[in-house]
Order: sequence, then C-alpha cells, then structure tokens
Amino acid sequence: MLEAIILTVITAATPLLLAATGELVAERSGVLNLGVEGMMVMGAVGGFAGAITTGSPLFGMAVGMLAGAATSLVFAFVTLTLVANQVASGLALTMFGLGLSGLIGESYVGQPGIKLPSLSIPGLTDLPFVGPILFGQDAMVYFSFVLVAAVSWFLFRSRAGLVLRAIGDNHGSAHALGYSVIGVRYLAVIFGGACAGLGGAYLSVAYTPLWVENMTAGRGWVALALVVFASWLPWRAALGAYLFGAVTVLQFHAQALGIGLPSQYLAMLPYLATVVVLVAISGNRRKTRFNTPACLGVPFVPDR
Amino acid sequence: MRLELVKRPEMSRKMMLLSPVIAVGLTVITAGIVFALQGKDPLQGIYLFFLDPLSSLWGLEQLAIKATPLVLIALGLSFCYLSNNWNIGAEGQLTMGAIAGSILPVLAPEFDHWVVFPMVLLMAAAGGAAYATIPAALKVRFGTSEILTSLMLVYCATLFLDWLVRGPWRSPTGYNFPITVDFNSAAVLNSYDIGGVYLNFSTLAAVIAVLAFTVLLRMTLKGFEIRVIGQSPRAGAFAGFSARRMTLFTFALSGALAGLAGMMVVMAEIQKLQPSISPGYGFTAIIVAFLGRLNPLGILVAGIVIAISYLGGEAIQTTMQISSKVATVLQGMLLFYVLACDTLILYRIRLVGGRSSRETARA
Repeated sequence: MLEAIILTVITAATPLLLAATGELVAERSGVLNLGVEGMMVMGAVGGFAGAITTGSPLFGMAVGMLAGAATSLVFAFVTLTLVANQVASGLALTMFGLGLSGLIGESYVGQPGIKLPSLSIPGLTDLPFVGPILFGQDAMVYFSFVLVAAVSWFLFRSRAGLVLRAIGDNHGSAHALGYSVIGVRYLAVIFGGACAGLGGAYLSVAYTPLWVENMTAGRGWVALALVVFASWLPWRAALGAYLFGAVTVLQFHAQALGIGLPSQYLAMLPYLATVVVLVAISGNRRKTRFNTPACLGVPFVPDR
Repeated sequence: MRLELVKRPEMSRKMMLLSPVIAVGLTVITAGIVFALQGKDPLQGIYLFFLDPLSSLWGLEQLAIKATPLVLIALGLSFCYLSNNWNIGAEGQLTMGAIAGSILPVLAPEFDHWVVFPMVLLMAAAGGAAYATIPAALKVRFGTSEILTSLMLVYCATLFLDWLVRGPWRSPTGYNFPITVDFNSAAVLNSYDIGGVYLNFSTLAAVIAVLAFTVLLRMTLKGFEIRVIGQSPRAGAFAGFSARRMTLFTFALSGALAGLAGMMVVMAEIQKLQPSISPGYGFTAIIVAFLGRLNPLGILVAGIVIAISYLGGEAIQTTMQISSKVATVLQGMLLFYVLACDTLILYRIRLVGGRSSRETARA
C-alpha cells in the first residue's frame, strides 16, 4: 500500500517539478511567464504525437520539449521585443496553447499512446520496497533530479547564472555593465518553455499515455505557485512538487485509506492546497521578498 | 535586421483607436492562413467565419445572446485590470453566482411568484461577489497573488457544481442524469420579439451596464480613483485613496457581474443547472476586456467581435468541416495581437540594420 502510494506520488510530482524548474529560471531572469499551462499542454500534445508516430517515447519527450520551447517563443517576442504586459501575455499564451493543442490533438483523441518504459536493473529493482522506488522509475524521474541539481549549480555556482540573476534583480545596472538583458531573457524564457513542454509530454507519455483535451488540468498554474512556494530556490521546488504530488494522488487512495468524501471534494484538494500554501508563504513576507527577483514582471526597454 | 522601439513623446491617440483594428485585421489574415493550411479555401472560410454570422436575423440574435455575458463580465474585469487587480477567476465567480441564484428555484420549485425573479438575480450577484472576495481578501490581508488564487478557485467552483448536480441537487425525475429540476416560470428569462430578433432582458441589462460603467469611470470620483490607483499606486496613496479597499471593491463588483451573467445564461438557455453551464465565458471575457481597451464602449464592440468568432467557429464546422476549435486558437491569437499592437501607442517601431542606433551614433 505505502509502496503503491509512493510510486504514484513520484509520477504525479515529476511533471510539476519539470515545469516549475523551468519557470523558476525564467522568473530569476525577471520574466513572469503565466503561460506555463499553455506551454505544458502544447508539450503534452506534441509528446503524444511524437511518440505514436515514431513509436519512440523518448522521441516523443523531445518533440514535447520542442513544442513547449516554440510556444514560449511567441510569448518572448511579444513581451521582450514588443514590451507587452507580461501578465496579460501569459494569459494569452495559456488560451492560445489550450486552443491550438485541442485543434492539433483532435485526431489523437481515443488513440492508445506509448508509455515511457521504467528502468529495470536485475537484482536492484527486485529488492523489496526500495527496489521499485529507487531503481524502478522511468528516465524522466531521474532526469528531473539531474535538472534540479544542474539548475541549482548554474544559478548559484556559475558566472552565467550570476549574470542571469543580476538581470532579474536590476536590469538597468546589468545593461549598463554591457550584458544583453533581452538576449538572456529570451534564453531563460525558452528554457522555461522547454521544461514546461517536457512536463506536459510526461503527462501524455508516462503519467497517462493518452491524449485528452485540456489534460494538464491546471498543473501549469500549480507549477507557477510552486515557484513562489519555493521562494525561487530549485531544491525547495523539488520538495514542493513532491508535496503537491502527494496531495494530488490522495484522491486515488482515499477510499482505501477510509476517507469517505465525495470524489469532487478530493479532486479540489490540489487547488485548495495551492491556495493555502500561497497564503502561508506570503504571510512570511520578509523571507519571500529576500529571494523575489526585484525586476520580476517589469518590462525593459534599452535607453539610448 | 532587428526591431527597435523608439519612445513617442506622448501617447498616440490615433494608435489607441487603430491598434484593436490592426489586431483584428491580423487575426483575419491568420484565420486565412489557418484555413489554407487545412486545405480549405481561405476566402470562403474568412467569409463564413467573420461575415456570415452578421448576414441573417438569426445570426444577429445568436450574436446578441453570446455577446451579452461576455460584455457583462468584461466590464467588471476592466475595472479590476484598470486598478491593477488581476482577477482571472471570472469563470468560477460565474459558476458560484449561478449556484447561489439557483438556490430558490431548485430547493423551492413550487414557490412560483414574481418576487422570485429579482431574488434569484440578487442572490446570483451576491454569490459571485462573495466568491470573488476570497482572492481579494487574501491579497489585502496576506499579500497573496490574486492571479493564482482566483484561478485555483475556478477549478473548485466547477467541481462544487459537479458535486451538487450529481449529488444533493440532482432531480428525482431526471432519469439519473446530472441535472437539477427545471426552474419554474418565475425564474425563467423570456425572450421578446424585437423587430424579428428574439432577445431577453439580459441584453438590455448589458447595454445599461455599459452606459452605467461609462458614467462611473468618466464622471465620478470612484472612476478617477480607479484610474489613479492603476496608473500610480503611490500617487493614489498621497491622494488618500486606499488600494486595499479598491481591490475588494473591484473584485466584488466583477464577481457580482460574472454571477449575474452566469445566472442569466442559465435562466435564458437551460433553465436548470448541469455540470457545464458556460463555454468558458469567464476566460473569453478577459480577451474582450483587453480588446475593448478596458473602456466600456470599447468592450461593447469587442464583445460583439468575439461573439462573431464563437458563431463563426460553428459556421465553418458545419459548412466546411473545419474544427470549431479554430475559434479558440484565433481568440488566443487575437489577444496576442492586441497586446502587441498596444506597443504602438507608446512606441514607434523601427527596423534597424545589423548595428544598434547607439553604435551607429558612436561610429
């Protein structure tokens, strides 16, 4: 029972973790991209299409990643080159992504997908309890942790990461020092899009190998909340993603655990948990403000 | 080659009027490309999508029916956005409003009296306003991002409605379908023949609301307060305007309008509750608000433009076998174009060669 719960928590947490890590980098550079949901759902449809046309789930993941990155490019052009309002553009990206993915995916509805295989190491995976949990996951679960470690190293241990954070905290000074504010932000937004695309593809290739319209069901928004919850620190985003994964899967195990609530109330839990967590985090203002990129959501136009 | 923005000395009045027009023009071109990509005749598609709905009385009637809730909700949202309050949960407020308004007709179906009608509307407005006050209060009290909380509450409202119509409110005579009992005649919006077009009270209410909002925004202190707080919270604070009270006010107002709009859709079209009562009016209204430049009269026009896209989507599906989902894609593109074209109000766009103007000046 516990083993089954942990296994479902991991698969529910991975797409959130991937998307949140990407958004975290974009926000660290000072761009608030509220279109995570749209990029994720484009990744989901791209991943599904890529997997069933080639028969390779890994190729599907790559297509999903590209779909997410391509979607984010629209947002980057409108907000960075044309300095449009980031909040409104993010909403536009979500609506656009939900619409376009529905259109593209129309012919895939009801088709069986291809599932990303799980790792199987003879001896290790067969170990009781720890075997399936530590050595029996699919490649993306391990990759998500590599990604978090890499992003954490990049942001806080590398020179390029320092530049990215400087741009997010004071784009005027960074520009005066000769760094390309817009260029770095483009890269950060595209990275965020690629990660969101991966997270979306994970949903349609690993979590439930199917295409259903609007299948992200608000996960992109939960990922956005996770970035706030994590106060812009990658490892804390991982912790948050697993907490949310646990809340999400509670509904599937509730009956076995003897919780007699109607299914609709259980389905509300992840959304209610997001609200509660956001309130708890914002109550602690000094701590959040310390890590919040100072230029988050502020448009930048180079002066001359 | 790259784009460069040159700040205009002052806001361009010409562009304020032109930018939505350019955006709609770009959307029409995009639509043609989308139709061509699907192997269909782009001109026929554009005609069916954008003009056919305007060519018959039935089309105009449907247009008014679709535009009404969009305009009502967008009016409320425009006050939120003008004052920098990002309410994106109108769909949830619409749902909760419709639930609150349905309490009387669902739980007391035999109470068939004229007094029911105003009470239903009043309760719907109150329900929507109360639900919108949750994210507003959390923002005011704890500084929680209203964007995320208002959106999360949409999912909760939809699930709550689903539970109601499948559980306690399910009609005993509904053959186990997830529907409530039919509303009695006092809680129904009747349509009247106005020159061959059948319209109900809600369209009139939307037009009155547009006028009321124009007056409120341009001629009252409250309207001035909204604009000042939106443009400069600091200046607003010096003038003694409370940004917190404004958050609560605009959220409650937009929630009330969303609740009313949702209730009137239910009263006019289905006359009972079911798991899905709105084709995303609460989200589409965000596009309407921006396309209308957050201006009440602009929103009236924008509501009609977006309503055309709903009907156009149905038209191309039945006549040309193009998926009606094209409409959703085009609505998203339209919002992008509007936001991008708004850049033209503050900036001139220049195409520059390889080097930036600063380097050129130095050389």
